[in-house]
Amino acid sequence: MAWAAYLTAGWIVLAGFYGIVTSRNLVHVVVCLSVAQSATYLLLLSVGYRWGATAPVFSDIRPGRPVVDPVVQAMTLTDVVVGATVTALLLALTVQVSKRRGTVDPDALRTLEE
Amino acid sequence: MSKGVNGVRRLRLCLMAAGALGFAAVFTLAVLGLQPFGGDVHPYGDRAVRASLLRGTPNTVSSVNFDQRALDTLGEELILVASALAVVVLLRMVRREEEDEPGRHRYGPADVFEALRVTGYALLPVTVLVGVYVVAHGQLSPGGGFQGGVVLGTAVHVLYLTGDYRALDRIRPVPLFEGGEAVAAAAFVVLALAFAGLIIPMNAVVGVEVGCAFILVLAKFFEQALLVRETG
Repeated sequence: MAWAAYLTAGWIVLAGFYGIVTSRNLVHVVVCLSVAQSATYLLLLSVGYRWGATAPVFSDIRPGRPVVDPVVQAMTLTDVVVGATVTALLLALTVQVSKRRGTVDPDALRTLEE
Repeated sequence: MSKGVNGVRRLRLCLMAAGALGFAAVFTLAVLGLQPFGGDVHPYGDRAVRASLLRGTPNTVSSVNFDQRALDTLGEELILVASALAVVVLLRMVRREEEDEPGRHRYGPADVFEALRVTGYALLPVTVLVGVYVVAHGQLSPGGGFQGGVVLGTAVHVLYLTGDYRALDRIRPVPLFEGGEAVAAAAFVVLALAFAGLIIPMNAVVGVEVGCAFILVLAKFFEQALLVRETG
C-alpha cells in the first residue's frame, strides 16, 4: 500500500504511451503525451510527501512544523512549464502537418515528402 | 493497403506490450528501492527549508526556484522562450496563404447574450488583478511568476470566450508583446546570472515573460484558426 502512489505514476505513463501507440489523430497523440508526462508530477510530489505535513509556505505557520519537500515541488513547477511549451510546439507542428499533408492520421504519414 | 496497415498496427501494439512489461518490471523494482511513501526522510527538503528561512523567504518553493536553483530556472525560462519563438516561426504565413483583416469577419461580436459580453468586460480587470496579485505575492504565499504569468496571459482571452475576437485583437497588439517577451527574457538572464535571490523582481520579470509568451502563442493559434486562408 505504501508504494501505491509511485506505482500509480508508472500506470499513468503506460496509459499515455498506449494512447500514443494506438492513436489515429495527431492532436490525440499530443494529449496522450501530456497524460504520460503528468505521471512525472505525481511521482515527484509522491517522493516529497510526508504524512501529517503541510505546504512549505511559512507565512502563517511556525518554523519547525513539518512541511512537504519544497525541492520536488519546485521541480514539478518546472515540469509543468516545460510540459506546456512542449504541447504548444507539438500542436503548432500538427497545424502545419495538417495544412501540408491534409491529414492528421499518423498512419497516413509514411514519408517525409510525397 | 488497409490490411497492411492493420498488420503494422498489431505489430506496433505487440512491441508496445513487450516494452510496457519491461518498463513495469524495472519501474516496480526501482520503486521498491525508494523511501516509503510519506516518510520523514527528506534531506534536500529540510536543507532547502532551512536556507529559505535563513534568507527570510516564507514561500520555500519560490526560494528554491529563484534563489537556490536560479540557474536551473534560467534554463527553464530559455526553454519557454525558445518554444514560444518556435511556435511563432512554425505558424508564420507560408506561400499560397494570406491573412484576412480581422474586421472582415464577424467572429465577434458573435451571437451571444449581451449579458455574457458585459460579464467578459467586467471579468477582464478582475482577472488581470488576480494575475498581478499572484505574481507580486509569490514570495509570501503560493504563487509566483510562472503561475501569475499564466493567469495574466490568459486573462485577455476572456474577451474571446465571451464572443468578441475584434476586442481581443485590439487590446493585444502582437508586436508589443513580442518586444515584452524579449526584454523580459533578457532581464531574467541578467537577474539570474548576477542577482540571483532577488525574488520579487525575478518573479515580476518571469510573470511578464510567461504572460507575453502565452499571449503570443495563443495569438498565433487564433490567426491560424480564424484568419489564415489558402489562396490556391
